[in-house]
Amino acid sequence: MSPPALTLPRQSHLKDLDFSVLQQCMRCGLCLPACPTYAATKIERHSPRGRISLMRAIAEDGLEPSRAFAQEMYFCLGCLACMSACPAGVDYAQLFERARAEAEASGVLRSPGRNLVRAFAIRWLFMDLNRLQLLGRLLRLCQELGLQALLRRSGVLKLLPARLRQLEAMTPDIQPQFSADLIAPVEGVGILNRKPPAASNPSWTHRIQNSGTDPFTTYRVAMLTGCAQDLIFSNVNRDTVEVLVRNGCEVVTPPEQFCCGSLHAHTGELELARQLARKQIDQFPPDQFDAIISNAGGCGSHLKHYQLLLAGDPLYRDRAALWDKKVKDIHEWLVGIGIRPPPNHAPPQVVTYHESCHLAHGQRIVTQPRLLLAAIPNLKLVELPESSWCCGSAGIYNLIQPEMAGQLLDRKLNHVRSTGAAIVATANPGCLLQLINGAKQRGLNLRVVHPVTLLAEAYRRPRAKLDTEVRAKSDAVLAVAEKAKPNGE
Amino acid sequence: MALPASILPELRRLLGPGNVLTEKEDLIPYSFDGTAALHQMPGCVVFATTTQQVSSVLKLAQETRTAIVTRGSGTGLSGGSLPSPDCVVLCLAKMDKLLELDRANLTMLVEAGITTAAVADAAAAAGLFYPPDPGSMKTSTLGGNVAENSGGLRGLKYGVTRNYVLGLEVVLPDGQVLWTGNKCVKDVAGYSLRDLFVGSEGTLGVVTKVLLRLIPLPAAKSTLVATFARMDQAAQTVSDIIAARIIPCTLEFLDRTTIRCVEDFARVGLPLDCEALLLMETDGHPAAVAEETSRMAVLARANGATQVRVAKDEAEADNLASARRTAFSALARVAPTTILEDATVPRSQLANMIRFIAAVAAKYRLRIGTFGHMGDGNLHPTFLTNERDAEEMRRVEEAFKEIFDEAVRLGGTLTGEHGIGISKKSFLPKFAGDAQMRVMRELRRALDPKGILNPGKMFD
Repeated sequence: MSPPALTLPRQSHLKDLDFSVLQQCMRCGLCLPACPTYAATKIERHSPRGRISLMRAIAEDGLEPSRAFAQEMYFCLGCLACMSACPAGVDYAQLFERARAEAEASGVLRSPGRNLVRAFAIRWLFMDLNRLQLLGRLLRLCQELGLQALLRRSGVLKLLPARLRQLEAMTPDIQPQFSADLIAPVEGVGILNRKPPAASNPSWTHRIQNSGTDPFTTYRVAMLTGCAQDLIFSNVNRDTVEVLVRNGCEVVTPPEQFCCGSLHAHTGELELARQLARKQIDQFPPDQFDAIISNAGGCGSHLKHYQLLLAGDPLYRDRAALWDKKVKDIHEWLVGIGIRPPPNHAPPQVVTYHESCHLAHGQRIVTQPRLLLAAIPNLKLVELPESSWCCGSAGIYNLIQPEMAGQLLDRKLNHVRSTGAAIVATANPGCLLQLINGAKQRGLNLRVVHPVTLLAEAYRRPRAKLDTEVRAKSDAVLAVAEKAKPNGE
Repeated sequence: MALPASILPELRRLLGPGNVLTEKEDLIPYSFDGTAALHQMPGCVVFATTTQQVSSVLKLAQETRTAIVTRGSGTGLSGGSLPSPDCVVLCLAKMDKLLELDRANLTMLVEAGITTAAVADAAAAAGLFYPPDPGSMKTSTLGGNVAENSGGLRGLKYGVTRNYVLGLEVVLPDGQVLWTGNKCVKDVAGYSLRDLFVGSEGTLGVVTKVLLRLIPLPAAKSTLVATFARMDQAAQTVSDIIAARIIPCTLEFLDRTTIRCVEDFARVGLPLDCEALLLMETDGHPAAVAEETSRMAVLARANGATQVRVAKDEAEADNLASARRTAFSALARVAPTTILEDATVPRSQLANMIRFIAAVAAKYRLRIGTFGHMGDGNLHPTFLTNERDAEEMRRVEEAFKEIFDEAVRLGGTLTGEHGIGISKKSFLPKFAGDAQMRVMRELRRALDPKGILNPGKMFD
């Protein structure tokens, strides 16, 4: 006996939205010059103002969620440069997520192939990172056995459609070890000496930064290892933990973590994003940490908005509010607590800095990464023209909109070349991968690196030959010695 | 009245299929400009990339009696580029080239779709100066600036767009291409048609190229911010500065509401504990700049300024000016709909006008933010309202009527820099008078007998 079927009216993510969010756009057009897709096409539909007008038309029953609407929402990079440019304070991030959810809910883009890819990648693979890691291990095995190289040499790949060939070429090199192999669940342990969090006691922070007392083991932070970051840039996670420990943080890094849900929220799966947000909050109760650290610009931008995402969930709403306050981008956190100067033996290096969109526009973290780089001895930072213009990576944009992504990558790499720097630093796995692939395709001798890696290298300098294990041990020894100091609190 | 069936294939043939947009999803984003609460769907949107194409489109429109509404970036504030029903929107945003920078004659030739900021930057890179700087300069196009005769923050000392237009290429409604003006500073051969097209709001022809006059970049500039506990102290400071024979390049005024909104967005350190703020900028010879800076500071203090701050470097000065340019948009932070006007009065009447605006806002129980170019009498009272509240919108309309009447009574004008367009159309006949209206109508009919260009705008 099944209950009688309920026919509910289809949920409209745009009609259900508080209309004032849409109305916040007063159509002045000041976003137009900030929008990469408008700059490339000069067509209003491809601008933030134009897209919002379409969303508004749907909310006001002037337009059905059509295929053209859905395609437009996926032509948007979601780079949020318009949010930095908007004097009226339009919450485009929310509108963008709602609009893509509307597009998905309407079903206008459905096709067997697309449905399959979405079911596999978004609803299965990224919902449990064990699955992603398994895939990563398989891919790594292929790469280690030389299968990928063999395939590439054999010419078999030429039989693939052009689009698949391009995708194959973008397959990242999987790291030999993932984060859990590189990072102990708790580091900096045993040297902990709790203090109130910085935010609640600014005068105290001031004293730590300026008194010359040792800031070791002052904070307890959680480390989010991410998904793509964990597979492709686990070394960046290792570097992040090291840098945190060297700056007085006890770092808690559970080996099994969850995706932050940014991928889901940005591809119209708001309910899955909510599920993942709840899992994060359960795994890292925000009241137990001084900060919850993300080193990926894209993840951080999403992680800081769980309150909005879970606004309709009375069980999680309050914790989500606290969570949002505790999530800190690594640069933001380090600059906030004061960076311990690394030893002054680093060789000179010239670095330019490409801003991850969601770090610069989503989180408004602009000065901190530059300050972090400036804290590295003998590092010369050359400003990158259009540093906060999207590189085309934009989550999975380079996979679904290769043409526009390629144009943006060209524009970015031309600017990078114009600086003369041999190193470009950027703080998001998508950007790192996009620039690495771009440099490889163009035969550029360019090192693409996370700013934190450069800082970690500077800290390591005098003991460059020590491996990870020894380094951790030496940290502990150092820390005990520090604690034994008479003035070490 | 739909578009004639034959016109779309012909437009595609003339411009290429990618330059003719007809999908509903393409047209909605062109159904408005920067003016609040106005919507009208066009029949199609086309992009021209050459003067020849513009000419062909106009010839076709002429034959088929199709309405053409020219558009740049759609940042206008009087509904000037709002589509008329089922019109062809002729967008020139893709004609954005800088064609010539003549350092010997200090001129620049540009296509109409280039942005104002691109012109200003290119001039500055050559050590030259293009002064008109409307608030939307990063987005607005030169063609639009010419059509509206846009002003900006520097009107007081440097004038408006008209003062920098040496020549124009205009496509007439019948498709004929006309050149007016040249690189000569002096030119009295015939009527100055150039001046007729400047400010014609897309009703007489389509501007496709603009020859601009540039001036040397001032050697020095200095920016001051002064805050006041009372609005009239700021107004008096402005009067005293002018009376002291100082013509600064900028004398901008912001009220408390506007200051808060701007600071909330731009975070340039504007003081929040004041009723009025003056942003003053002087430029020119370094010695003159230094002297004027100190004299303006003295005058501000004499009028009870609570704080006078001088920007420490050019970056800070630029940040302050950029922040000021966002004032209108920033006001949208506190209300769903922001409706601004640009009633303008002779400078001697500024204090009266500011008091009157405050009284009208109180009378109609409306929230208002006022900012504007105090140095040239061009105020921007902005009502903070909600277009979905029909009753409040009626009060807004009533309030504006009173403000316009008062501006005119004080010897001022309906609009200082935004144009008549559609929002002030009903006020124009009374303001301009029968004789002016007759000449304007006859001029328009002579050039555009079939009335295809921007129909329904400025006057019928």
